[in-house]
Amino acid sequence: MNTELSIKMPRCKGCGICVAFCPKQVLALDELGKVQVVNEEACIGCGQCELRCPDYAIFVDKKVAK
Amino acid sequence: MERSYEQYFRQNRLPHLWCPGCGNGIVMKSIVQAIEKKGLDKDKTVIVSGIGCSSRASGYMDFDTLHTAHGRAIPFATGVKLANPELNVIVITGDGDCTAIGGNHFIHGCRRNVDLTVVLFNNSIYGMTGGQSSPMTPTHKKATTAPYGAIDRNFDACKLAEAAGATYVARSTAFHVQHLTDMIASGIDNKGFSFIEAIVQCPTAYGRKNKMADPAQMMMWMRDNAIMKAAWDKLPDEKKIGEKFPIGLMHHEEATDYATAYEEVIELAGGKA
Repeated sequence: MNTELSIKMPRCKGCGICVAFCPKQVLALDELGKVQVVNEEACIGCGQCELRCPDYAIFVDKKVAK
Repeated sequence: MERSYEQYFRQNRLPHLWCPGCGNGIVMKSIVQAIEKKGLDKDKTVIVSGIGCSSRASGYMDFDTLHTAHGRAIPFATGVKLANPELNVIVITGDGDCTAIGGNHFIHGCRRNVDLTVVLFNNSIYGMTGGQSSPMTPTHKKATTAPYGAIDRNFDACKLAEAAGATYVARSTAFHVQHLTDMIASGIDNKGFSFIEAIVQCPTAYGRKNKMADPAQMMMWMRDNAIMKAAWDKLPDEKKIGEKFPIGLMHHEEATDYATAYEEVIELAGGKA
């Protein structure tokens, strides 16, 4: 899809809110318990993860043509 | 990637110290987004907070901030507002800070209709001190000081504010982020005492005691139980059951604010009137 996910790792506390609210299972928690993108292609850019992230760690942007 | 609301945070203080999954961060973002939406000048905005988890927010926000004594955020804010009425004063408080320790200050702030925007972070518990029950812990819910469930009836802070004389009363939750931002923004617009109750999840102290340790699960509880005010009013009483609660604008009226009333006294005493 045409979206870009960026994560500010030092801010993530691994609460799993973004993982739970993602309608397309794009996100998961890694072995350290922090968020990771597992299926970026499936992202529809709804922004639910960014909206409810309490730590301002994840951002969804439209991909800019380079 | 860089969001415009980040300019309102003290970047060297982030990440904040709230627990993983705590809803306070969401409400803090809503507040700065409401400030951004209303275009308030950073140098003309004062954030005043009391004591508690919620009140740590003032430390992360890049305005003139005041972290005050427990329960006394509203009196400090009243002083700031009266000394310089052109400032926008926003008060951040918690359920224990506002309705227990600062209960009297809260009702008298409402009664005077001081032009403040008070955002109450309601996590239903005293999180920082170890999960004691607060006046807003729902009846029968557990806390470290109520291992068999609280027997006290809980405050409805919105009804309390309305009865005490607040001119703008609203409620929203950490799940309804945009709605919460709108409620706070309209509160900033109101000239008088604006009270916004933001329901937040506390997975660590409240959730673990009440079989909701997962923060996402607590947010889904908000999604499933919050009903917009317009729909709530049409709902028959037999359906207002369980843990359902209304969100939205609860009360709005026009009344003279305290700074204006005080200005009139100054003029009278100065012999100008």
